[in-house]
Amino acid sequence: MDSASAPFDSALFPEGVKRCKFKWFLFWLAVLHGPLMVGVIAMLMCWGLALHVTYLNNNYPFGLWIAADLGIIALGAGAFFTGFLRYIVNIEELKNIVNYAVVIGVVCYAAAQGILGVDIGQPLRGWFIFWHANVHSMLTEVAFCITCYFMVLCIEYFPLILENRQINKLRFFHGMAHHLHGAMPTIAAVGVFLSFFHQGSLGGVPGVLYGRPFAYREGFLVWPWTFFLFILSAIACGPCFTILVTWITEKCAGKRLVKRNVIDILAKISGRLLVLYLVLKTLDTVYWVAIAGKAGAPLSSFYANQPFGYWVLITELGILGVIPAIILLNAKARQNENILIIACILNCTGIFMNRWIMTVQALAVPVMSFDKFISYRPNWVEYASTLMFVWLGAVVIMLSYRYLPIFPQEKELNPS
Amino acid sequence: MFPFAFEWVPEATRYVFMGSLYAVLISLIIILHYCAIRAFLDMICKKDDHNSHH
Amino acid sequence: MKEVHHKADEHHGAHEKTYKYGMVVDLDKCTGCGACMVACMAENNLSFRKDNSDRLRSNLWMRVYKISNGRPFPDTDISFIPRPCQHCEGEGHHHTPCVSVCPATATDYSHETGIVSQVYTRCFGCRYCMAACPYHVRVFNWWDPTWPKGMEKYLNPDVSVRMRGVVEKCSFCYHRYQRAKNKAYAEGRRELHEDEYQTACTQACPAGAITFGDLKNPEHKVHKLKKSRYAFRLLEKLGTNPKIYYVSTRDWGRKAGEVYAGEEPKGVTHVTHA
Repeated sequence: MDSASAPFDSALFPEGVKRCKFKWFLFWLAVLHGPLMVGVIAMLMCWGLALHVTYLNNNYPFGLWIAADLGIIALGAGAFFTGFLRYIVNIEELKNIVNYAVVIGVVCYAAAQGILGVDIGQPLRGWFIFWHANVHSMLTEVAFCITCYFMVLCIEYFPLILENRQINKLRFFHGMAHHLHGAMPTIAAVGVFLSFFHQGSLGGVPGVLYGRPFAYREGFLVWPWTFFLFILSAIACGPCFTILVTWITEKCAGKRLVKRNVIDILAKISGRLLVLYLVLKTLDTVYWVAIAGKAGAPLSSFYANQPFGYWVLITELGILGVIPAIILLNAKARQNENILIIACILNCTGIFMNRWIMTVQALAVPVMSFDKFISYRPNWVEYASTLMFVWLGAVVIMLSYRYLPIFPQEKELNPS
Repeated sequence: MFPFAFEWVPEATRYVFMGSLYAVLISLIIILHYCAIRAFLDMICKKDDHNSHH
Repeated sequence: MKEVHHKADEHHGAHEKTYKYGMVVDLDKCTGCGACMVACMAENNLSFRKDNSDRLRSNLWMRVYKISNGRPFPDTDISFIPRPCQHCEGEGHHHTPCVSVCPATATDYSHETGIVSQVYTRCFGCRYCMAACPYHVRVFNWWDPTWPKGMEKYLNPDVSVRMRGVVEKCSFCYHRYQRAKNKAYAEGRRELHEDEYQTACTQACPAGAITFGDLKNPEHKVHKLKKSRYAFRLLEKLGTNPKIYYVSTRDWGRKAGEVYAGEEPKGVTHVTHA
């Protein structure tokens, strides 16, 4: 690298790669700073003025926040699942994307916890969920597993920081990073254990609500069927989200960072899991219609009120389920980057929509015969405080990309 | 959360749930300490045999 | 020492005796006056705002719904449904819907009284219980509690006020149960008379539509009333096993207990919330 034209912080970059000028880096940080501050203001309003500043109400105790939370965690499943495939199934090629999957996971799980912190009316009492834990509640399982798994993700992210060119010069940190890499299969195994449970428990959150026939599912032992469907849908869409974010990063960086064959492995696995998910989800839907009908709630009652008409069911399973599955299963279609990205977007949107349906629509469908249908839409406070974590995530990704050796193939793909 | 808390109910699910939690936390703490101690020992022994790791 | 042991045993024995407090509401008698709602608010220190018209965000433990048979004049008929917490018992492998989901054990089902409690100091506002309750009996404090100046001096000292960010709900005036129990103990009794423990809404109802008591005790009025062939409960089919019984001699009125079927039940239209 030409030292005269190199950015002044180039000594911190990973070996042999190029990064943009520091002023441009600063410029984009400043751009993100704007919406981030709006989010901070919204968050402070929620904490300072109480939750009446949102559009949530007693009919909709859950809204955008909880739906986003479930969605983000499903998308973040790319981290544990890629780790599982790399360290436990031992797919060697995935070492080229597993670092980035971890970074995305850290961002997603930090966002999920942050959003929950805004969502609960009493953030200072948040620790009650641990202290006075009701082990029979799905939410307790979620809270425990998310917190523990976030620790695991931080431990997985930690060696990446230690491998920064300057930090790594210190012998202790160099050794620490090395040994942490050695311990990674064990850490990944702990992560897989935790992830399976909390992805499932998130499905259990709506699944156990037997007072709401729309959400309620029977199941196996203490776990409703949604428990297993949520795990499956999360591992079917997580890799797609990793592909999507990698693609966005490549577009922003203006260069290739990961080889196509690596992406293809993830896309293929994602496609197969998505098909399995769709089959089971269809069976679940048929069974659910029968069970709900027995409780006195015909299928038509769930889709009687706009905006939650039958189109919801068709869009979720058809457009956002079957179409991406077909694309992801087809090797030729996967080779075409644009089509692959469209499939990833459809897949991720489908899972997000599923989480919205299982939380918000579940509350929207009236249960008592004399109940009135009430509609809900989030207001700017909810949007801003949710999106805040997206901007924050972008900042973390920018910093990680600039200073940490995340993409092992970058040097090879972009010879100077 | 702890067996000495007044609200602790001695039931199987609680032992399984809390047991898993403590198992996870303990394994993470052990892993971190193990790596730190190994790195520290490497440092004082001036061992540098893993430049080409991962 | 022996006496102490004896007393302790007796005390323990008293706790083994369980009650199942519940209500029978005669919908034919209810005029929809709302006295039960007012009495409940005053008794339980429910906060309200200057404009309390937003029913989706106001704190109401007792709420009166209005339904009609939807027929044109002169066949029009209306009915009111007072709806406190249903204090569900759950049945089979189902626990009370809200109790099993609370992550912080902030709500509990008392097997002694059959009352579903809410521990305000422990609730941290996740609102999962509200999602679990199909009756909308749980309300969240979207604002800091306020009262008109001077009114805070008239708050009920037996009931704690709730801060913003916590969920609250009808407690069957549990403080009245405690008070009655204390009085009975002081008088050397272990059993309460039927009229010693009555909820505020029951006493306030001018039409005598609400009857409260131990559903298990054959001496209590509710025991007989709940067996009426016109009695029904809300959403019985879901298996929540509520302890509020309603009595309506009108066929269309009893349909109110059914699960929402996508349209208003036959003959029942024009649903408004009183």
